[in-house]
Amino acid sequence: MSLGNLLRRAFSFALLQTISCFAAIAQNSPLSPTNIFAPDSTPAHSIFRISTFVLEITGAIFVVVFSLLAYAVIKFRERKGDEEFEPPQVYGSNQMEVAWTILPVLIVVVLFLSTAQVIHRVQDAPPPPDAIQVTVVGHQFWWEYRYPQYGFVAANELHVPVSDPKDPTPTYLRLLSDDVDHSFWVPRLAGKTDLIPNHPNSMWIDPYQTGLFLGQCAQFCGAEHAKMLIRVYVQSRADFDTWVHGQEQPPVSDPTVAAGSALFIAKTCFACHTIRGTIAAGTIGPDLTHLMSRETIASGVLANTPENLRAWIHNPEAFKAGSKMPVIDMTNDELNQITAYLETLR
Amino acid sequence: MATDSISLPLPKESSRSVFMDWLCTVDHKKIGIMYIVYALVFLVIMGIEATLMRIQLSRPNNTFLSAEAFNRLFTMHGTTGVFFVAMPILFGFGNYLVPLMIGARDMAFPRLNAFSFWLTAFGGFLLYGSFFAGGPLSQAGSAPDVGWFAYAPLTATAFSAGHSTDYWTIALLVAGIGSIGGAINFVATILCLRCPGMTLNRMPLLAWMNLVMGGLVLVTISPLTAAQIMLMIDRYMSGHFFDPAAGGSVVMWMHFFWIFGHPEVYVLIIPCFAFISEIIPVFSRKAIFGYPAMVAATTGIGFVSLGVWAHHMFTVGMPSYGNAFFVFTTMLVAVPTGIKIFNWLATMWGGKIRFATPMIFCIGFLFQFLIAGLSGVMLADAPFDWQLSNSYFVVAHFHYVIVGGILFAIFAAFYYWFPKMTGRMLSEKLGRWHFWIFLIGFHLTFDFMHVPGLLGMPRRIYTYEPGRGWEIWNLISSIGVIFQAAGILIFVYNMIHSYFKGAVAGNDPWDAWTLEWATTSPPPDYNFAVVPEVRSRRPLWDIKHPQDPDWKYE
Repeated sequence: MSLGNLLRRAFSFALLQTISCFAAIAQNSPLSPTNIFAPDSTPAHSIFRISTFVLEITGAIFVVVFSLLAYAVIKFRERKGDEEFEPPQVYGSNQMEVAWTILPVLIVVVLFLSTAQVIHRVQDAPPPPDAIQVTVVGHQFWWEYRYPQYGFVAANELHVPVSDPKDPTPTYLRLLSDDVDHSFWVPRLAGKTDLIPNHPNSMWIDPYQTGLFLGQCAQFCGAEHAKMLIRVYVQSRADFDTWVHGQEQPPVSDPTVAAGSALFIAKTCFACHTIRGTIAAGTIGPDLTHLMSRETIASGVLANTPENLRAWIHNPEAFKAGSKMPVIDMTNDELNQITAYLETLR
Repeated sequence: MATDSISLPLPKESSRSVFMDWLCTVDHKKIGIMYIVYALVFLVIMGIEATLMRIQLSRPNNTFLSAEAFNRLFTMHGTTGVFFVAMPILFGFGNYLVPLMIGARDMAFPRLNAFSFWLTAFGGFLLYGSFFAGGPLSQAGSAPDVGWFAYAPLTATAFSAGHSTDYWTIALLVAGIGSIGGAINFVATILCLRCPGMTLNRMPLLAWMNLVMGGLVLVTISPLTAAQIMLMIDRYMSGHFFDPAAGGSVVMWMHFFWIFGHPEVYVLIIPCFAFISEIIPVFSRKAIFGYPAMVAATTGIGFVSLGVWAHHMFTVGMPSYGNAFFVFTTMLVAVPTGIKIFNWLATMWGGKIRFATPMIFCIGFLFQFLIAGLSGVMLADAPFDWQLSNSYFVVAHFHYVIVGGILFAIFAAFYYWFPKMTGRMLSEKLGRWHFWIFLIGFHLTFDFMHVPGLLGMPRRIYTYEPGRGWEIWNLISSIGVIFQAAGILIFVYNMIHSYFKGAVAGNDPWDAWTLEWATTSPPPDYNFAVVPEVRSRRPLWDIKHPQDPDWKYE
């Protein structure tokens, strides 16, 4: 093959190796769970491929122009004894102007055409009939996940089935907002899409591997934007079905925590939170029907332990100043009873 | 004897009369200097805001700043930077230089000029008054906390109680009117007040670029002003322009804002292109390569930049063909920008490069602007942008343009024209210290800032979780601040020290070719005792090289 071709392939290879190395380190290392170069779902992969192409082109442009600049700065510097004469005054060259206009325009056309393809493929993909449908509602500062096909509402931890690339079972997300703009960003699964009030958006993911995928809100939404974390649990079909089954059940009704359950109403928690099948049907805060099925609370900020739950109820401001959950006046005993009640909601 | 002149002692100027002179001046040179000094003060304040934020972000889950304080700081930092540092400093240099470079006595509308400056200045004072209003100073008072682009509906009264948002709205509305006044002056002056012989084809590129910038300001500020008026109507007069619950549109705010916001950044960079285009030729000892192409490219950039705004909205849910259109226009605007880089390169090629301080800042600009432009091409690619948008990659990109590009060009302009404005040279030695220390700091902070973006770190977060792989990059970025601060301090010291003790500059310390170097340093109030007449783009070259004048070749 020609020298030019060989150089181009070597350059691409080197660039790709660098990126893959980085991605591989990131993937295997526990320190980079949100690396955009470690895609694990078709939209993220499509983006990765076009991004690599863009990086190759911009990388090549950079190498060429940088070298020319560096060369010029070194070769044409003033040397001793040169002080008095002025160099030949060259005012321009029409041929050069045409050349370095046409070449960039061609590059733009090539980049644009490849990009337009990917945009169309990702944005206009029709949902297959067996896709999982989730409606994501953004709130200040937590995530609501509704599963219309199953009839339950979860919060803050999204469960989806793993998808086999040969026989995909994607999850389609409809994105709505209850208040201000948010953005759903789980880098390894897809690019981000905004949640805009009165402007429904949609996106899809089809993760290839099981595991926990992290992300967070990516559109400034107010005081605790930084703490609106996303956790996506990709599960085997069997595990996902088990989870769905658990979520569909009515809440556990444990008579030993009846006092706590009564306090949940008396202390007005019901006004913001839903516990399905009880009179608590508030929609301002997360659905708590199966609170204990989650690993975290406060949208990923705290591990779901009794101590943390108690502390959170006692003073949400301490963990998320600006959170919409008010500090409710209650005695220590009342707090313990409410916590004990919530601890039964598996 | 009849021919003896009688010299009377001049009356001693009291400090009150000096103060009143500057307060009431309509002289473009004094107004220019006031714009520049005003901007420098806000540059230091901006730097302090940035330092506080970078301290907070140097470690995960840090508690140096509260969420509220941080959110107000990044809003003020961005708003200050665009409206009260970059715009004024560039209007200041433009005001000072344009009449001088076209052989005019002053701007076309001197009183409008003064009015525009004072409006802009008032806007800045009003905005900063917000820190002291309302809440405690430790939480940054009532300063706006909605981000510098103030997206609806976060700015609605339901989500932004009190008046912090109103400080943002009104301060910028007032400053915007000041910008329009300034732009009117630029356009009228450049079109109407050129000296005899200076056709449009012969005026310095700085004049061309300020003309394009002025035209762009006239077109682009109005959408912002309109949006701000609509926002006020929403907040106080039961309007629903941006209220989604009542049929209004949140996305419409974005369109209005970015139709302003994108051309605005070209308003900021084009005068910097002007500085580079004037300084590189002088220190390469060659005429600018491709003057007509540079004019065409700049005008092209001006027009195309009006059609790219929705690349800030690729994640908002526009249809695929909408996204594709803006990918195309955004990549297209990179073409004339690249042409300019090639022309500057060609100017240096075959020249005799003198590494005086203005030139080394220009060379820094060239490398850094190249990188910034290329990261912009990456962002122009909508799918790539679906990952990179609203992440630290974007923050790194635009700081690369603003600090690595705009600020470096401004430093170059300072070192080049400070002698003309004050009659004294800035210290070359301190200039080099400034350059290298600031360069190290800039690269430490902003090169490595791209990485957290690639690793999933969104912007505008007051803290972040450990274990995402972001810690080390944030720490390095924060360390870079120390060097940048040191560089700025050296620069400020250089200016103050050189003002009093610098070497006397004379008319033309750089052996340059445009008209401002044909008068004294600093110029007299009337600029030129005799109206200059020119025959080419480089009138002083013609005078210095009578055997080989430009007009034989143009």
